[in-house]
Amino acid sequence: MSERERGRRQSTAAPGPSGGPTPVLEARGLSKSYGHVEAMVDADFDLLPGEVLAVVGDNGAGKSTLIKALSGAVAPDRGEIRLDGERVSFRSPIEARARGIETVYQDLAVAPALDIASNLFLGREIRRSGVLGSVFRMVDAAAMRAEAQHQLDALGVRIPDVRQPVESLSGGQRQSVAVARAAAFGTRLVIMDEPTAALGVRESGMVLDLIRRISARGLPVVLISHNMPQVFDIADRIHVHRLGRRAAVLNPRDHTMNDVVAVMTGAADPESLGGGTPAAREPR
Amino acid sequence: MTTTATDPPTTPPAPADSARREALGRALRTPVLGPLAALVVAVVIFSVTTDTFATAGNASLVLQQSIVIGTLALGQTLIILTAGIDLANGAIAVLGTLVMAKHVVGGGDPLTALLLGVVATVVLGTVSGVLVTRLGLPPFIVTLGMLTVTFALARLYAESRSYPVGDQLLRFWGQGTTVAGVRLTWGTFLLIGIFAVFWYALSRTAWGRHVYAVGNAPEAARLTGIKTRRTILSVYVAAGALYGLAAWQALGRIPNADPNAYQTANLDSITAVVIGGTSLFGGRGSVVGTLIGTLIVGVLRSGLTQAGIDNLYQDVATGILVIVAVSLDQASRRRAAR
Ligand SMILES: Nc1ncnc2c1ncn2[C@@H]1O[C@H](COP(=O)(O)OP(=O)(O)O)[C@@H](O)[C@H]1O
Ligand SMILES: [Mg+2]
Repeated sequence: MSERERGRRQSTAAPGPSGGPTPVLEARGLSKSYGHVEAMVDADFDLLPGEVLAVVGDNGAGKSTLIKALSGAVAPDRGEIRLDGERVSFRSPIEARARGIETVYQDLAVAPALDIASNLFLGREIRRSGVLGSVFRMVDAAAMRAEAQHQLDALGVRIPDVRQPVESLSGGQRQSVAVARAAAFGTRLVIMDEPTAALGVRESGMVLDLIRRISARGLPVVLISHNMPQVFDIADRIHVHRLGRRAAVLNPRDHTMNDVVAVMTGAADPESLGGGTPAAREPR
Repeated sequence: MTTTATDPPTTPPAPADSARREALGRALRTPVLGPLAALVVAVVIFSVTTDTFATAGNASLVLQQSIVIGTLALGQTLIILTAGIDLANGAIAVLGTLVMAKHVVGGGDPLTALLLGVVATVVLGTVSGVLVTRLGLPPFIVTLGMLTVTFALARLYAESRSYPVGDQLLRFWGQGTTVAGVRLTWGTFLLIGIFAVFWYALSRTAWGRHVYAVGNAPEAARLTGIKTRRTILSVYVAAGALYGLAAWQALGRIPNADPNAYQTANLDSITAVVIGGTSLFGGRGSVVGTLIGTLIVGVLRSGLTQAGIDNLYQDVATGILVIVAVSLDQASRRRAAR
């Protein structure tokens, strides 16, 4: 893994002389093996301020492993991650979250039997003030319900009662709760792993609207998706993942869905499409 | 949209109507109502069909008989909520009674005896917890092994004899007071006290929410940053402490530490938990349900005895209740997963 080889392709994203914006989140040479399976091989990643970056790739290409490494859920074997240019290494999702990186994991990181408000605050419950909180460790259920309702309202997610268990919701509503949780706590960026994979057309639309609203707040979003029309609809840039590494970054305005699919499947050489540069386009 | 499952497809419900349906839906989702209804029905039936059931003396007896199993069932509830199970709780408590009694019979200080007994049960609970969380072994297998080991250890330690206890401190929970003709042992108050403590801990603290989350969706809990292994271990340690209390209560109830006692207590405690509406799959249930489940088992045994029905039919009745409870749980989980 020669530093020089990669340097050529990444020069546009680097801060300093070349003048591009500092990526919010940047990774170089990430690798991860599960036994003999190389889920990630020398993978690079760049997320620019304010953009919606789509990450596409075949099943098993290593997209989920990449974002788990970026969000602290998986420790990479090698490679480095920079947040706002500063070297970080997260040992757990808590550490990444403490730095403002929120993630909606593919396998829906909600506990179905718990209610909506409890799920929104799972792992970061608000405690009562005074002795009730400090000595008796009592949580402030009312405050969490009110805040949960406020967050859902702010994102336009219509849910009658935050005391409902998540399992009583439709698939789209469940996903909206997971996305709203990420939006409520994400201060630097939000990562979503195939948030619409299990949803119908109407419910996917609902979640995409939610992503647009989060993006409109100025938060950069990483969206992993299989759905090409969706990707072309919402993404500023497209990171194409293939065989455990980034194969290309394409601009949806300069390339067709066929181009993206061709790179995804290895039918086309990314260089021939001129899609090798990470900063294919400034964010809108 | 969320009530579609129960909505008739024709007319949209009026606001008041849908509010009522919401409330009904929430009530149906509150799992203690079923067990509570079963308890009330059982009490009414036995009160009507026998003249001895609905007496102060019998009520007091049912309570006293429920105390040890109730305490074991409380520890069992914590473990089952994390999708575990404890087959060793009865054996651990019995070892606790032996440690306490043998120390006193050998001329030791009763307070030290109590401490030693509780330390023994906490250590054994912790061993189960460590094996489950560190080695990733299934709780059923771990606690089955712990059951065999603890039972053998208890007999070895007791040299296969029993130890009668005269000491007042060790027998404390069997003493009590008489209120309106009902004799209430201090153990009854202790039982209510510890259920209240764990009701609070499970429903009003972050730890409690984490216990439910770990049992309901372990991977989701981990990804939200909950220390899942630590949470599960804490549950086994707390259960071990409760088994120590159960040992102390057992000496109050029958002041004789016997290595062969409480051999079905593990299954009895699981029965109480399941009848009380806690899911064997973890993440659903409550200690209030377990208290009710414990009372149902006690009432059934007592009532069927008063009605002159053979002990074996009592087991049949309890077994049927367990199967009904588990089927209801399955059905509600399937409905929820849809
Ligand atoms: N925890 C794991 N243990 C073993 N293999 C894994 C694990 N996670 C992912 N893999 C393997 O790594 C490869 C990449 O998986 P993943 O990152 O989930 O891909 P994608 O999200 O692009 O479908 C696959 O071959 C997958 O089977
Ligand atoms: Mg994936």
